Amino acid sequence: MKAIVCVKQVPDTQGKVAVKPDGTMDRAAMATITNPDDLNAVEAALQLKDETGCEVVVVTMGPPPAEGMLRELIARGADRGVLVSGREFGGSDTFATSQILAAAVNKIGVGPEDIVFCGRQAIDGDTAQVGPQIAEKLHLPQVTYVTDIKKDGNNVIVKRQLEDGYMELKVQTPCLLTCIKELNTPRYMSVSGIFECFDKPIDVFDYNALKDDPLIETDTIGLKGSPTNVYKSFAPPVKGAGMMVESAAQLVGMLNDKHLI
Amino acid sequence: MAEFNAMDTAAFKGVWVFCEQREGQMQTISYQLLSEGRKLANDLGVELCGVVMGSELNEDYIKALGGYGADRVYYIDSPLLKDYTTDGYAKALCDLVMDKKPEIVLIGATNLGRDLGPRCAARLHTGLTADCTHLDVDVEKYKDFLRTTSNIDVDNTKFEENTNLKMTRPAFGGHLMATIICPRFRPQMSTVRPGVMQTQPYDEAGAAKVVIEKITPELTADDIHVEILDIKKSAKKLVDLIGADVVVSVGRGISSDVEEGIALAEELAGVLGGVVGASRAVTDEGWLSADHQVGQTGKTVHPRIYVALGISGAIQHVAGMQDSETIIAINKNESAPIFDVASYGIVGDLYKVVPELIKEIRAAKSAQ
Ligand SMILES: Cc1cc2nc3c(=O)[nH]c(=O)nc-3n(C[C@H](O)[C@H](O)[C@H](O)COP(=O)(O)OP(=O)(O)OC[C@H]3O[C@@H](n4cnc5c(N)ncnc54)[C@H](O)[C@@H]3O)c2cc1C
Ligand SMILES: Cc1cc2nc3c(=O)[nH]c(=O)nc-3n(C[C@H](O)[C@H](O)[C@H](O)COP(=O)(O)OP(=O)(O)OC[C@H]3O[C@@H](n4cnc5c(N)ncnc54)[C@H](O)[C@@H]3O)c2cc1C
Repeated sequence: MKAIVCVKQVPDTQGKVAVKPDGTMDRAAMATITNPDDLNAVEAALQLKDETGCEVVVVTMGPPPAEGMLRELIARGADRGVLVSGREFGGSDTFATSQILAAAVNKIGVGPEDIVFCGRQAIDGDTAQVGPQIAEKLHLPQVTYVTDIKKDGNNVIVKRQLEDGYMELKVQTPCLLTCIKELNTPRYMSVSGIFECFDKPIDVFDYNALKDDPLIETDTIGLKGSPTNVYKSFAPPVKGAGMMVESAAQLVGMLNDKHLI
Repeated sequence: MAEFNAMDTAAFKGVWVFCEQREGQMQTISYQLLSEGRKLANDLGVELCGVVMGSELNEDYIKALGGYGADRVYYIDSPLLKDYTTDGYAKALCDLVMDKKPEIVLIGATNLGRDLGPRCAARLHTGLTADCTHLDVDVEKYKDFLRTTSNIDVDNTKFEENTNLKMTRPAFGGHLMATIICPRFRPQMSTVRPGVMQTQPYDEAGAAKVVIEKITPELTADDIHVEILDIKKSAKKLVDLIGADVVVSVGRGISSDVEEGIALAEELAGVLGGVVGASRAVTDEGWLSADHQVGQTGKTVHPRIYVALGISGAIQHVAGMQDSETIIAINKNESAPIFDVASYGIVGDLYKVVPELIKEIRAAKSAQ
């Protein structure tokens, strides 16, 4: 049994965000982190490993330095990593990204008891689309916004968050689950994990490794092939700063004059 | 499938809105999307259709969709669609899309819509733009939008003259706005967050003339690989931030006395006729429940008055409230970024300023 976790390296938008004059993100000027929801996904997989002894495989699509992130996740307890990397993949939208990741997961192999984990949402692209799209391409049932997971034979019982409560669902394996921060608290790297992480394997899947997979349509990957394209991008409007007022009385006077209260 | 997506984009006509119901109740996002869809359908000169799925739904709810702009409603009726499952809803919606071929499909970015949208877009072999805040088909209208919201030199920029859907959304946590297009495939799909689009007034005549087509899907229990064991509502009544006229939000600035800070916010909300919201710092701490959270990962609000008490104004918070008509910020740090978006700011300790504010408002009201 395997738990396969899709993990994205993202710029740290909580820190200083650098936007270039042309409105694109200056990624080089920003620190990178593991996408927060994906740490919950990795933790869910590690808990499954604690319980069942399953193998945990972490997969990322990104530039070669993303290997460092995979090593850190191995130090937390993952067994091996897969780095999906190639110039042909650059600029992919979520449709293209999910196609490539689905092919990579296919190559790793999804067994009858396996679970694919994703984060719900990446903090840079922010779409929350890649998980469900991978599930569709692999014909796996999906549950998104997962806040609780219990393995039950060939099924998993999960809680799915709703705006005003939750749903409890029973889903057959293999399946894909997208995880949110309410699910768990990610563990830290262990000292032995840090020692061992350089001995564990990281496979690299490039374009040639994946291009013959039936899931890959070579004309819908990368920047050119992606169904969606960025047409224009710009910095959000800055509202002109308003007026500073000295006291509550003065404020209420102004609100009153404008018939706001 | 291959046949479907290889078709000429011109073969696709009409604007569709997925109208979400839960437990038989139409969700207000459906009306917001129909109102927006109506504008797009008018600009394109095509029909606006609502798609509802469920089992034995109240026909009045379905007719009401006409009152919000739908010319036609496809009502997909099956006991297997009573409650949402990804498999059931995705199959029913995709089958209908493949049959009728709309050019645009809008879906609410609710917890269900964000599950359904990407699943369907992948099956339909088309693009999906997430969390749109603005939609245009008309190039001139899009240029007007850019004139007021961007630093793009619109008159010296080339724009292709076509009616592709231009879908604008925030990305990188609100640090960047991007307009996305999906030129090669149809339908053009986007999700829109609740509260972003305004609902137009209900029109009786529209409800009277809407065409309702009832559809029985080809769906069997074997198509659904997930079993719903239970649906639980949280016991507490949730705060209706999106519909509120006034929102008074608290931030980490209430940390020195949480109880008092919340009590003051409630009292201020009371005199202004509003409800209490919060920054994520507050909901993360558990001082208020998650339904109070305003912002990128919370709710998008545009009340008449938004009051920010002890909120620094992080971009993720501002993303959810910047379109409020009047923004009042109270913060003890004069360089807090919240003041950059505020219409009125007071630098001061909220525990001192808010009681005065309540007193002054009461006095002003009794003098009216
Ligand atoms: C400004 C801007 C706007 C964009 N808007 C859209 C849009 O509206 N529609 C669209 O289709 N594309 C869009 N894109 C492209 C999109 O950001 C990329 O395709 C991105 O690689 C994946 O999307 P995401 O970051 O939204 O991931 P999400 O869908 O939010 O990610 C969900 C989960 O999928 C997994 N995952 C995602 N990416 C990877 C990866 N590279 N490796 C491993 N696991 C991963 C992770 O588990 C993650 O938690 C946009 C890009 C930009 C720059
Ligand atoms: C992916 C992502 C998504 C996010 N989504 C959201 C979201 O949806 N909504 C959201 O709100 N945040 C969101 N955040 C978090 C956001 O970045 C900020 O951390 C958060 O908004 C800060 O909350 P705050 O302003 O209450 O706290 P702080 O930033 O700590 O600010 C507290 C403020 O209170 C002031 N203050 C302190 N004491 C007093 C006093 N006695 N009187 C007056 N003022 C006082 C301080 O000067 C300070 O400005 C998100 C972050 C990430 C990374």
